[in-house]
Amino acid sequence: MATKVVMEALSPTMEEGRLVKWVAAEGSAVKPGDVLAEVETDKAVMELVARAEGVLRTQLLAEGATAAVGTLLGVIAGADEDIAALIGGAAAAKPAATAPAPAAPSAAATPAAAPPAAILPTALPTALPTALPTALPTALPTALPAAAVPAAATPAGKVRSSPLARRLAADKGVDLAAIAGTGPNGRVIRRDIEAAPAGGTAAAAPRAPAAVAPPAGPDVVDVPLTQMRKTIARRLSESIGPIPTFYLTAELDLTRVQQLRASMAALGPEHKVSVNDVLLKAVALALVEHPEVNAHWLGDRIRRFARVHLGMAVATDDGLIVPVLADAHARRMTDLSRDAKRLAGLARERKLTPEQYSGATFSVSNLGMFGIDQFTAIINPPEVAILAVGAVETKPVHEAGAWVPRDVMRVTLSCDHRAIDGAVGARFLQTVRRYVENPLLLA
Amino acid sequence: MATYDVIFLGGGPAGYVGAIRASQLGLSAAVIEREALGGTCVLWGCIPAKALLESAGLAEKLKKAKEHGITLDGVHLDFGPAMKRSRAVSTQNSKGVEFLFKKWKVAWIKGTGRLAGGKRVAVKGADGKEETHEAKKAVVISTGSRVKGLPQAGLELNKTTVVSSDEVLIAEKAPKTMAVVGAGAVGCEFADVFAAFGTKVTIVEVMDRLLPIEDADCSAELGKAFKKRGIEQLLGAKITKADVRPNGVTLHVESGGQKHTLEVEQVLVAAGRAPNVEGIGLKEAGVQLTDRGFIKVNQRLETTTPGIYAIGDVAGPPMLAHKGSREGHVVAEIIAGAPYHPVNYGNIPSATYCHPEVASIGLTEAQCKEQKLDYKIGKFPFSANGRARTSGETDGFVKIIRGAKHGEILGAHLVGPHVTELLHELVVARENEFTVEEIDLAVHAHPTLSEAVAEAVLDSMGKMLHA
Repeated sequence: MATKVVMEALSPTMEEGRLVKWVAAEGSAVKPGDVLAEVETDKAVMELVARAEGVLRTQLLAEGATAAVGTLLGVIAGADEDIAALIGGAAAAKPAATAPAPAAPSAAATPAAAPPAAILPTALPTALPTALPTALPTALPTALPAAAVPAAATPAGKVRSSPLARRLAADKGVDLAAIAGTGPNGRVIRRDIEAAPAGGTAAAAPRAPAAVAPPAGPDVVDVPLTQMRKTIARRLSESIGPIPTFYLTAELDLTRVQQLRASMAALGPEHKVSVNDVLLKAVALALVEHPEVNAHWLGDRIRRFARVHLGMAVATDDGLIVPVLADAHARRMTDLSRDAKRLAGLARERKLTPEQYSGATFSVSNLGMFGIDQFTAIINPPEVAILAVGAVETKPVHEAGAWVPRDVMRVTLSCDHRAIDGAVGARFLQTVRRYVENPLLLA
Repeated sequence: MATYDVIFLGGGPAGYVGAIRASQLGLSAAVIEREALGGTCVLWGCIPAKALLESAGLAEKLKKAKEHGITLDGVHLDFGPAMKRSRAVSTQNSKGVEFLFKKWKVAWIKGTGRLAGGKRVAVKGADGKEETHEAKKAVVISTGSRVKGLPQAGLELNKTTVVSSDEVLIAEKAPKTMAVVGAGAVGCEFADVFAAFGTKVTIVEVMDRLLPIEDADCSAELGKAFKKRGIEQLLGAKITKADVRPNGVTLHVESGGQKHTLEVEQVLVAAGRAPNVEGIGLKEAGVQLTDRGFIKVNQRLETTTPGIYAIGDVAGPPMLAHKGSREGHVVAEIIAGAPYHPVNYGNIPSATYCHPEVASIGLTEAQCKEQKLDYKIGKFPFSANGRARTSGETDGFVKIIRGAKHGEILGAHLVGPHVTELLHELVVARENEFTVEEIDLAVHAHPTLSEAVAEAVLDSMGKMLHA
C-alpha cells in the first residue's frame, strides 16, 4: 500500500523546508521511524522520518531545493508497486500536523513528529570549551534517568509527550519537537513545558538563565537541551575529536589602533569603530593574502576561497550562533561594524535566516568583553582555523629603556594540522599583526 | 559476622520489598527482623484488619439476606473466630514473605538490630547473644512505627481497658461498648468492624469530621453512613477527663457545645503511630531526626549520615505501606547505582476500607481553594450507577477535581463499594499526566462501578449523561 512522503510541518511555524540531504537512498528499504532526509526549517535542521514500511521508490525533491509544507517529496511502496498515479497527481497531501490540537487526544497516535537530531548547517558555534551552562553540574552518575535520553526517532504511535504537556505546549507556543523530555523514556512532561522558553519571536530577557526545570526534589537540576545546545554538542564533539589541532598565540600591540579609533570617532558617531571591527578587517585582509587559511577541509581535498566570508560568533541566551559577514575583505570597516551590530542583534532575537548563518570561510570568536585574556576556540568544521580574541589589557612594555603602558590584546589561532602547518598558521598571524599594529595599511 | 551489600533494619513492607529489589539488582541483601516477616502491615495492620473488615462486611450483608431469597435462622455473631481467621491470613502472608526471601536469596537474620558504627549492624538474638554484620554499600533503616496512647488525655495504653489496634486484633470477643478515639483510617475501620459484631461504638475525634485528611465531601458521606448504622460520632471533641478502671472507662467529652459522659468497656486509641527511632543507635551514628520525630532523609532517601538510608513509616508521612514499599524499591535502585524514578509523593493513593470504602488521590477541594487553583468539579452518585444497584451498595459517589484550563486531574475522591480498587484508574492517569479527556475516551465496560468514574469525569466537563 503506497504511502506518500510529504514535506511535513516539523514545527508549528514552519511554512517551507529546504531539503538538505537525502539519508535514505532511492530504492532502499525503510520502516516507520527510519530517517528519510534532513530538512532545514525556519529554526533548525530536522529529520524527516518514514511513516510506513516499504521501499523509498522516488526522491522528488533535489538536495538543496526548498518546498512548501505539504509538497510531495517521495513515495514509499512495494518494490514493484505502480506508483505512477501518486506521483502524477502531485497534489499536496495534508501535512501531518505535529503541533497537537489542544482538543485532539488522538494525538497519541501522531506524536510530536520528527524528533530532531538537529544540526545547524555550516556556520557553527566556534565556542568555548567553557561554555557549559552552570546549571548542569550536580548531575551524579546515578542521577535521574531524567537526564534526558535524547529521544531517537520515535516509531509512529509511541507516546513521546504526555497529554497534559501537549496542551500546555500548544498554549504556550512551545515546539514539542524541540524539547528533550525528562519523563519516563525521555517523554516530554509538564515540567519540561513549564521550563521551556515560550515560542514565538519574543526576545529572551537578557541574562535570563537557560531553562531550569523545577525539579522533582531540590538536589538536582536537569536542564532540557535546546535545539541549539544539542547541535553545538554534536558538531563540536565532531570537531575536537578527529581534528589534529594546534594553537598559536600572538599578543598584538593596539597603540595605533587606539589612535586610529580616536581620530575616527572625532569625525562623528557614524565613523566610530571598535577594536573588534578593526580586527575583523585585519583578519579579512590577511586571509586574502593567506588563502591556505581561508579554506575548508573536505576530506579528500582542501577548498580554498578567494573571497572572505567571516563568521562572527555571537552569544545568545540559547547558545552560540555564528552569523556571517559576507565579503568582509571587500567592505569598509564602518560597513563591517554596522553589519556586525545588525547581525548580532538579529542573532539574539533568533531571527537569523539560514543564509545569514551559513557559508563562513573562517570564524572569529571574541570573549574579550567577559574579561577573558586568552582562550582557545574550537574549530568549526569544515573550516580549517578559527581565531579566538581576548580582552584589551593595558600592560607595561619595555621600550627605549623605559617601562611604558601599552594596550595589548592576545589572539589565539586554532589550526587544523591536516590543512595548515605550523609555519603557515604563524605566517598568517604575522600578517594579522602587521595590519593591526599598522592599521593605516587597512585603507 | 557476615558481610552483605545491603542490610535492612526491619522486615516490613518497606524493608522486605527493598531487600528483594536489591537482590533482583544483583546485590546481596539481609533483613534483620525480630518478629515474623511482613511488619506492621502483615502482622498488626493492613492484612488482619482487612480480613476482619471482610468478616464485618459479610455480617452486614447478611442482614439483607432475606431480600436475596436466603433465609437464615437467626444470625449469631462471634468475634473470636473472625479474629482467628484474620490471624491465619496474616500468618499466610508472613510465610509468603519468607518464601520470597528464599526465592530471591535474601537472608533473614532473626533478632533485634541496631547501628554499630560505620556500616555495621549489631543483632541480638533470642538467646541474648549478639552478632555484628557489615554492609558493603549501605544500611537501610526500615524499623517502622508503633501504636501510641494519648497520655495527655489520660489515656495511656494498658492493654486491657485502654487498648490499641495491637490488642483488638487478637481480642477473643467484641466488647459490648467501645469508644474509638481518633477518626482516621484506623479508627474508622475498627469502628466499622466492632459495630458489625454488635458493639455499641462511639467515635471521639478532635477535628470536626471523620477522616479529617480526606476531602470534606467524603468525610460527610462516611459520617452519614455510620450514623445510619448507629455508630455515634462526637466530633470537634475534647476529652476533659478519662477515668480508667479495671473493668471499664468513663470518658468526659465536650463536643458540639455539650458535655458528654461515655461509659465504655474499652477505649480504642487510634490517634496516630510513633516512628521507631529509639534504641537503634541513631544518635551515635549521627543520624538526625526531623522536628516531628521521624528520621530526616533527603530526596535520595539518605539520612544525614552517608551510607545510611531510611524508608517507610520511620522516614516520615504518609505512613502507608505502599509508600514504604515504593521507597524500598527506589532505595534499592539508588544503592545499586541503577537508573531510578524518584518517589512521586504527589501521587500516593489513600485508601480506607470501612463500609463504605473511601479512596482518594491528589488534592482535596479545600487544598485547591487554598492554592487558588482554577478548578471544576465533577460528581456522580453510585445511587445512579447500574452495577451499584445490582449489589444494593448505593451509598457514595465519585468526585473528580479537574484543572479548568487544561483538564488535568487535580484530585479524585471516591466513597462507595470497592472504590479502593476503582481509584487506580485515576492513579495511572495522574502518573502519566492524562487529562480528563483521555479518561473520557477510554470505553468503560458496562455494567461496572467504574462507569461512575467515567460519568464523574464527564460531569467535570459539563457533559454528564446518566444523572
